[in-house]
Amino acid sequence: MLSLARLVRTGSPCQPILGQGARNGRRVRDSCDSRDVKHVLSKGWRSRLGFLGFSNRRQPLIGAPVTSLLVPAESIIPASSRDLFALTKPRVMSLVVFTGLAGLLAAPVAVNPVLGFAAVLCIALGAGAAGALNQWYEADLDAAMKRTANRPLPAGRMSRQTALHFGVGLSVFSVVLMDVAANHLAAAILAVSILFYVLVYTVWLKRRTAQNIVIGGAAGAFPPLIGWVAATGEVTLLPLLLFAIIFLWTPPHFWALSLFVKSDYANAGVPMLPVVAGVSTTRRHILLYTLPMTAAAVAPWALGLAGWIYGFASIAFNAAFLILALGVLANRATEPAAMKPEKRLFAFSILYLFALFGALVADRWLVA
Amino acid sequence: MTPDEQDLIRKRQRDRARLMALLLGGFVILMFAITIAKMSINQ
Repeated sequence: MLSLARLVRTGSPCQPILGQGARNGRRVRDSCDSRDVKHVLSKGWRSRLGFLGFSNRRQPLIGAPVTSLLVPAESIIPASSRDLFALTKPRVMSLVVFTGLAGLLAAPVAVNPVLGFAAVLCIALGAGAAGALNQWYEADLDAAMKRTANRPLPAGRMSRQTALHFGVGLSVFSVVLMDVAANHLAAAILAVSILFYVLVYTVWLKRRTAQNIVIGGAAGAFPPLIGWVAATGEVTLLPLLLFAIIFLWTPPHFWALSLFVKSDYANAGVPMLPVVAGVSTTRRHILLYTLPMTAAAVAPWALGLAGWIYGFASIAFNAAFLILALGVLANRATEPAAMKPEKRLFAFSILYLFALFGALVADRWLVA
Repeated sequence: MTPDEQDLIRKRQRDRARLMALLLGGFVILMFAITIAKMSINQ
């Protein structure tokens, strides 16, 4: 069978040239077309990163071997539909769809099933579009990380232009369809969430500050709010609390992950908290964010906005989250192999969100 | 371009055209359903 990788290689014979620029730590371009192989090398980047501060420019890739920093030449072969699907980050999308659906079902109004389906579809398409645009912008970064090196763009199975067109087209389509199926406010919030994820998180924050996922986490917090607004047409306290739960859940969730894939982020030059501030500071911050998260998660029940099913689930799951966060704080390991508490917290944090929003929906439909 | 490459390109184009047809069909059905749903709400 014909190897696509061979086709990609034969499609462009360009080889990178490591010149004076590379030795000086500046962005290097090869001698070929700018769409082809690119890589960057830099030293001394840590001095430009404050723990909480912003640097004034996009951080370069550092530390990785030259071969791992190469973004393969773009394929001359049209992208497969499987790769287009992979561009939407389907696993991330599943959580987005679930929380969006939960926001829609938790709303105190009867939603027409067709319009509800269309609204959730729009949330899924919007998330997929944001994921595609994120991969379009971060192809060089993805190429430098083991976890993401096999994505369609860094693997050279798709052209950047295809990813850009796909992402922009899907964004516009999802927002317009949301406007038609639900209402203007839901469509506007969906548009804001896509722009926030792409412009604020991906372009602005991710390579500049260790607080990237703290602020950028807001992008992932929009779906339940959009679902609620699609159903009711208005923003009230409960959907804002749902937004707050995901917003405050994002840092512990991603910091737990970044602790045991720290070297990957360091090699790619992403200033995640463990890379910039160290492992023990990250562990303290995980606990620091877990506390307000638990408060926000219990608040709907405490304020009388949700019933006993949600109240019981939120207390039980937040207690478990807190215990696991304390376990992470107590861990002194620096090697990923010994970071079992971190891996446990990361895995549990996904279950936590599903369980919490599932309990909210169960509460609304079984108790109310 | 080798015959193998041309075959792969044609296969990909066929797959994508088929997918696009399915998506367009789904879109038409969805728009029809949305229209009917909105009409029933407004009545």
